[in-house]
Amino acid sequence: MATLAVFPGSSRAQESPYIVTYDHYLEEPGNLEIEYFSTFGTQRGGNDFHAFWTELEYGATAWWTTELYLDGQTTFHDSTVFTGLRFENRIRPLKREHFINPVLYFEYEKKNGADKILKEVEGHDVESGFLVPNAEARKEHIDELEFKLILSSTVKGWNFAENIIAAKNLSNQPWEFGYALGASRPLALKASAKRCSLCRENFVAGVEMYGGLGDRYSFGLNNTSHYVAPVVAWNLPSDWTLRLSPGFGLNGNSHAFLLRWGVSREISGFGSAMSRLFRGRP
Amino acid sequence: MAALLGASCVFAQREKADAHKADALVYAELAKAPDKARAKRNPLENDRDAVAAGQNLFEQHCSQCHGNAGNGTQKAPSLRADEVQNATPGAIFWILTNGVVRRGMPFWSKLPEPQRWQLVTFIKSLGAVPKTPDEQRD
Repeated sequence: MATLAVFPGSSRAQESPYIVTYDHYLEEPGNLEIEYFSTFGTQRGGNDFHAFWTELEYGATAWWTTELYLDGQTTFHDSTVFTGLRFENRIRPLKREHFINPVLYFEYEKKNGADKILKEVEGHDVESGFLVPNAEARKEHIDELEFKLILSSTVKGWNFAENIIAAKNLSNQPWEFGYALGASRPLALKASAKRCSLCRENFVAGVEMYGGLGDRYSFGLNNTSHYVAPVVAWNLPSDWTLRLSPGFGLNGNSHAFLLRWGVSREISGFGSAMSRLFRGRP
Repeated sequence: MAALLGASCVFAQREKADAHKADALVYAELAKAPDKARAKRNPLENDRDAVAAGQNLFEQHCSQCHGNAGNGTQKAPSLRADEVQNATPGAIFWILTNGVVRRGMPFWSKLPEPQRWQLVTFIKSLGAVPKTPDEQRD
């Protein structure tokens, strides 16, 4: 919040509604986006949970966005724990817009076994894996590298995004795979002549689907979980974006219900402000 | 003191020259628009609300770098320069869609096509900056 007060410059973002899926749009250069997300999840045979994370997303250049995540969770009737951090980079290799636009994604995760944010589903991530009590789960330390190939197209206002995920736990575990798919569209394509909060173009709605694809030794859908989730984003003229997404498990290995929501604010010119602060440049 | 002043003037001139050079490189991108893109007509050219809507979009997404009046800043060139004002609407639309990524201008394809055309309509409505008497003499 202090950061928001120091850097009041902001630009109204045209944010995508996806919470799990990535499209090919990167952060504008020099802008910082501060985001908070929550996931409430139901748990059969155990306690429901509320997982949450903060993202600091910075546009290093027009073709490179870098992010830091801090994650935690509360399992009801158990405890609240910090579950780790992630450092993510997205690079857009092609310098022009194409019908299909690839983005390369690299992430390093340092987390513990109590992580429940479900920012992506991979390998054999299943609901029963979340039954371990926090005190025990947090003892497991995980260093993981994650790679995604993001493919995304925008046609007549519709965005279609496909993410192919490969993750490697560095403690000699096999490669795990997953996917995320998304489709979304603003409710109106033309902007209004007057600024307004409830204009249709400020709302972007869609749906995303994500799940695991097993690992190197047992690739496929066996013993994996999958979700489908309608998504909506409201881009407010006051520079804030709100997102909401109720998600539904598609098989017996999935949590039956996930309710996700998020709030974010983009701060324009953050990089220039920092540059001025440290180098004394105008 | 005089040396310091002289040095600052030299640096200021050099920065100005560098800025002009960078601007020229960005303007040169307009010429790279394919013929098909350049020939595209602005479907919202005669839309009564397009300028006002485009102005809103400009203030939200573009003024941070191009300045409130589109006159340019240290970060991005003027949109009232002849290179832009004489460019076809299709060429400006193409630049908005594809950005000039290596020079720091992001892709604006995240804005739906009609909104990009509204921006083009507004940019065209800015017109050229009136020349100063000195520039007219040149």
